[in-house]
Amino acid sequence: MLQIEHVSKTFNPGTINEKKALIDLNVSLKDGDFATIVGSNGAGKSTMFNAITGAFYVDEGEIVLDHENITYKQEHLRSRSIGHLFQDPLLGTAPHMTIEENMSLAYLRASNSRHSFWGRSRKKERDFFREQLSLLDMGLEDRMKNPVGLLSGGQRQALTLLMATMVTPKLLLLDEHTAALDPATADKVLALTRKIVAERKITCLMVTHNMHQALELGNRTLMMDSGHVVFDVSGEQRAKLTVDDLLEKFKDNVGKQLDNDRILLSNS
Amino acid sequence: MSSIFTISILQSALELGFIYSLVVLALFISFTILNIADLSTDGCFTLGCAVAATVTLSGHPLLALLCAVGAGVLSGFITAFLQTRMGVESILAGIIVNTGLYTINIAVMGFSSNVNLFKCDTVFTVVRDFIEKHMSQSMFTFLVTDGWYRLIEVAVIVIIIGVILSIFLGTRLGLSIRATGDNAAMVKASSINPKYTITVGLCVSSALTALSGGLLAQYQKSCDINLGTGMVTIALASLIIGETLVGKGTMFRRILGVIFGSCLYRFIVAVAIRVNVPAECLKLVSALIVAVAIAFPYLKKNAVFAKQKYSKERIRQRKGGAC
Repeated sequence: MLQIEHVSKTFNPGTINEKKALIDLNVSLKDGDFATIVGSNGAGKSTMFNAITGAFYVDEGEIVLDHENITYKQEHLRSRSIGHLFQDPLLGTAPHMTIEENMSLAYLRASNSRHSFWGRSRKKERDFFREQLSLLDMGLEDRMKNPVGLLSGGQRQALTLLMATMVTPKLLLLDEHTAALDPATADKVLALTRKIVAERKITCLMVTHNMHQALELGNRTLMMDSGHVVFDVSGEQRAKLTVDDLLEKFKDNVGKQLDNDRILLSNS
Repeated sequence: MSSIFTISILQSALELGFIYSLVVLALFISFTILNIADLSTDGCFTLGCAVAATVTLSGHPLLALLCAVGAGVLSGFITAFLQTRMGVESILAGIIVNTGLYTINIAVMGFSSNVNLFKCDTVFTVVRDFIEKHMSQSMFTFLVTDGWYRLIEVAVIVIIIGVILSIFLGTRLGLSIRATGDNAAMVKASSINPKYTITVGLCVSSALTALSGGLLAQYQKSCDINLGTGMVTIALASLIIGETLVGKGTMFRRILGVIFGSCLYRFIVAVAIRVNVPAECLKLVSALIVAVAIAFPYLKKNAVFAKQKYSKERIRQRKGGAC
């Protein structure tokens, strides 16, 4: 489904601030793969996501999504088939627009025709939105005319997840999307993620700093450091892996940086 | 004091208020919705005025308004082109276009700084003639004798545009434009091209500005190169008056608020003229109105806070605590 081949990206090349963010990065995901990604800060996890969504163009290498080379495709065209959730719940929704209007925008991706631009949301669509919202079990279906700015961070993140997957994307990118939420809400959003991804068989990449999550969710675990993947585990080998093993691996690969990151890597 | 509020003052204030409310609607789109300070408004208003005046002069009052709209779309497109495709800051793009339009406006008026339309047909005379011809025996004659037909005509035009605008902002394209100003990151992730939505938004807003200029040219039967000077400030004041007094709510309500704000502003100015403020002081009066309108929401918030802070209840409590 997704192939990232020999991708490199250097920010501010030739200056004192030069930063090699991605170095010969290779990742290959099969249809329906759900991979979790761990790695210290600055390892290039978010940079990889931004390379995939098209926030910048890569210096070298190719990105292929579903047999289509998207390396130089524009960001808004790629986002038709890519769902992206950020850590910050405020980034995914428009605060001054109502829940219904936000969902209506997300639904734009469903149709390719220009006609849909002039359309207004119909009764049938509103019913569909309501039905989708009721899946969240947060009572949002009765607040569809409320501006999204009134919702809590957890509710907004759940809504963003719903919007990103309403039209099933080919690829779903989750960038620590539960990190800013309280534990109970985070669990709820995570359970929802698991359910949606499993039901629709969405190919998914998820960044997490929680080693337990990294092993428990999905069918593959990638570890990144200094702009490339240093450890890739799946299947039986992964099933046998414990949190301590993963931490050990982390220490081997990342070395002395671990001390700084230990705080982040809760192994609960 | 009763002489201050004569019907005719109210009437002309409302007429101007409705005409200028189109500019305020334009700023509502560019400033409030798209979050872009479009400073080409002054020049664009004069552009609409000049284009409409020139076409009216050749005897096509209706076509004149359409041409004004077309010119406005073009001007908005250039502003948008500069900021979305050329990497010019949005404020700078507006200033650049505004500067360039000065020359263009003079050129449109045949390289003169004003145009008079005293003997030409305008959309207002067309309606007047229609009423006189077809309804001379009916109860509608008072519309012409008292001059109410002008007010009704502009009101109908503005309300139709307001309704169309509120419907437009509810379509997917309209929603995309609103989201662009609200959360740009989200827009890109929803497969909307922000360059496209900004362009459409600025074209619509400039078209409204130019239409307002065109209507004004026909209303006062003249066009002057300096007509648009200060239009941004006035429109901004009207916008804020409207949003403060009517408040936020559905799109339609906000649009009505904008129109109301514009009418109220014109009414305040009319009263200022009526109480014999010298003509040369009018700009100062306008500036004062603008400052008060913008400061009012802030002062109101502070007043509520002060009331809470210095309420008798709390002072009593504080004393009680000290004892």
